[in-house]
Amino acid sequence: MLDLSDSYVEKNRSADRKMNSLRGKTVINLFFENSTRTRTSFELAGKRLGADVINMTVSSSSVAKGETLIDTAMTLNAMHVDVLVVRHADSGAAQLLSEKVNSAVINAGDGAHEHPTQALLDALTIRRRKGHLGGLTVAICGDVLHSRVARSNIHLLNVMGANVRLVAPRTLLPAQAERLGVEVFHNMRQGLKDCDIVMMLRVQNERMTGNFIPSIREYFHFFGLDYEKLSVAKPDALIMHPGPMNRGVEIDSDLADDVERSVIREQVEMGVAVRMACLDLLTRSPGENA
Amino acid sequence: MSVHAPGRVAYVNARLLDPASGLDAKGALLTEGEAIAAVGPGLFADGVPADAEVVDCRGACLSPGLIDMRVQLREPGEDHKETLLSAGQAAVAGGVTAMVCLPNTNPVIDDVATVEFVARRARKNGLAKVYPYAAATKRLEGKELAEMGMLAEAGALAFTDGVKCIRNAQVLRRALSYAATFGLLIVQHAEEPSMAENGVMNEGEMATRLGLSGISPAAEAIILERDMRLVEITGGRYHAAHVATAEGVEILRRAKARGLPVTADTAPPYFALNELAVGDYRTFAKLSPPLRSEDDRRAVAQGLRDGVIDVIASDHAPQDQDSKRLPFAQAAFGGVGLETLLPVSLELYHNGLLPLLEVIRRLTVNPARLLGLAAGELKAGAAADLTLFDPDRAWKINPDRFRSKSKNSPFDGLPVQGRVLRTVIDGRTVFHADA
Repeated sequence: MLDLSDSYVEKNRSADRKMNSLRGKTVINLFFENSTRTRTSFELAGKRLGADVINMTVSSSSVAKGETLIDTAMTLNAMHVDVLVVRHADSGAAQLLSEKVNSAVINAGDGAHEHPTQALLDALTIRRRKGHLGGLTVAICGDVLHSRVARSNIHLLNVMGANVRLVAPRTLLPAQAERLGVEVFHNMRQGLKDCDIVMMLRVQNERMTGNFIPSIREYFHFFGLDYEKLSVAKPDALIMHPGPMNRGVEIDSDLADDVERSVIREQVEMGVAVRMACLDLLTRSPGENA
Repeated sequence: MSVHAPGRVAYVNARLLDPASGLDAKGALLTEGEAIAAVGPGLFADGVPADAEVVDCRGACLSPGLIDMRVQLREPGEDHKETLLSAGQAAVAGGVTAMVCLPNTNPVIDDVATVEFVARRARKNGLAKVYPYAAATKRLEGKELAEMGMLAEAGALAFTDGVKCIRNAQVLRRALSYAATFGLLIVQHAEEPSMAENGVMNEGEMATRLGLSGISPAAEAIILERDMRLVEITGGRYHAAHVATAEGVEILRRAKARGLPVTADTAPPYFALNELAVGDYRTFAKLSPPLRSEDDRRAVAQGLRDGVIDVIASDHAPQDQDSKRLPFAQAAFGGVGLETLLPVSLELYHNGLLPLLEVIRRLTVNPARLLGLAAGELKAGAAADLTLFDPDRAWKINPDRFRSKSKNSPFDGLPVQGRVLRTVIDGRTVFHADA
């Protein structure tokens, strides 16, 4: 999968990047939650491969009309779609849909559960920079409690043999997080010590007004990534962020733009390649191998 | 009071009391500048250094300076009731060398600037050291977490909503979790607010006869039971302030037996008085939590003896005349306590409930350790914060002679034993009984 994604990276960088392997296939981006970069990334991936891509953004008003998630699924099923890309605010929504439709379903993020293509693009980014994933120490920092990105990355990185750490205040860690096969830290200097990858998570502003965190300035002071806190990581440690970033909240603005350390923009590029590989693999007929 | 740096002072003929090392023996102590230079039974066997000023203790007890972990200062905001200066004078007269103040001032101590203001103002007075608690929730509203990490860096010792109970379970859970991130302590006023809303004294026969509305002792038990569960799921450090009921003591006893990170204090009124002190509507006996029954009083004393209750704190709550000269129901809660902390605590010793050294432990090293203060011990190198007292001298508490601006003592007129003779802070004598 990562190898296939790699080949798409090269293809995307070449002038001749339009392909037609998915000609005649229909991909629907079914987004129940606002997203710019993930939706655009899937749309671009589908179009590069020659598929017909339709974006459906289901606003809350449509939900108010009374159509349930399953009704929507049945409607789309009747239209003979090949791939449904689903983003939903509720955990388990993608799974529910996949049980009801005949097409392939790609989870583009469900609640605080999973965001698998984000983990794949992160893995691709790391592998291209470091050559491998096994044995690396990866610190995932910030709002783990509400993060699907963190959960998918924990699963993927553990499977690939990386050492995963979580660094967060206790109020932003889910219960029994250590049972996910990670080491838990509550202090950035301890958590980042000698790590190869620092993966920052976005903290929603509404979490910063006293419910989970007292204030933005307190959060940045103790858990925001800056050069000083990064100095305990390995000298060649890379900084990642799934975006969109809150500059000055979870990450120092200069550091986010530091081309020596930050691979945040590269992650976006890898996103398109990974999603092309996903669409490619899921639309092959049975028996056809990568 | 001298402001220049003190030289060497030799305290001779003392009964040294140092709970941390278990020392209770005749001996001497030498201070040099602001620190203790040497201490022990055999000190000065070869004579007192010629350059040292000599203080003859005449057999009186020399202990680490008392640390009072629950004091309400009224500055800033209510300077007519107490100021940092008057509280500092009251403290040293009571043998208290360090006090920890609640954040319920106006403005509330919930930001770094106010923490620094209190610390700076208190330093200027050169009296008892003042360490602030900061609010656990912003504006003490019990809703949003205060900036505990930064407040701790600025000098806040622990976090509490003061005289208000953190009533929302989810808020307290997050406060405990968040505090545990930094290893910080949460101090709770354990009283279910909805049950205390209109109450003015202990619920029971006495309240019924007086026609006053009561606060059930269950108000304390309900919060403590709930909070022990929150401590269990968060692992946060929790301190129950002014425990006053038998059931409360039992809940804490069980929690400690299970190894939960829980500590507790009580105040002299809760082991020395009971609800009968309310008597003829004496508003000076209107405290929060209220004075409880005789059974509760005994249980609190027993809790102190067993170590379920770790600390004795004064719970100093100054109120002016206008706040107390009112019908009982309308009067303010609280009593002053800085100047009566030691003699009333010594009742535990005179009644044979605790050895003298154990009483002093609950007033010195125990609060120091649970608050993370490097204080409360007689050892070379430590700050020379000392209390010299005669444990037996009898006197009668007379609030008119208090240094505190407010005179609202529930112990008004009580005959007691134990008098502070001298209080030393950073090597300087800041109070002298004969002065």
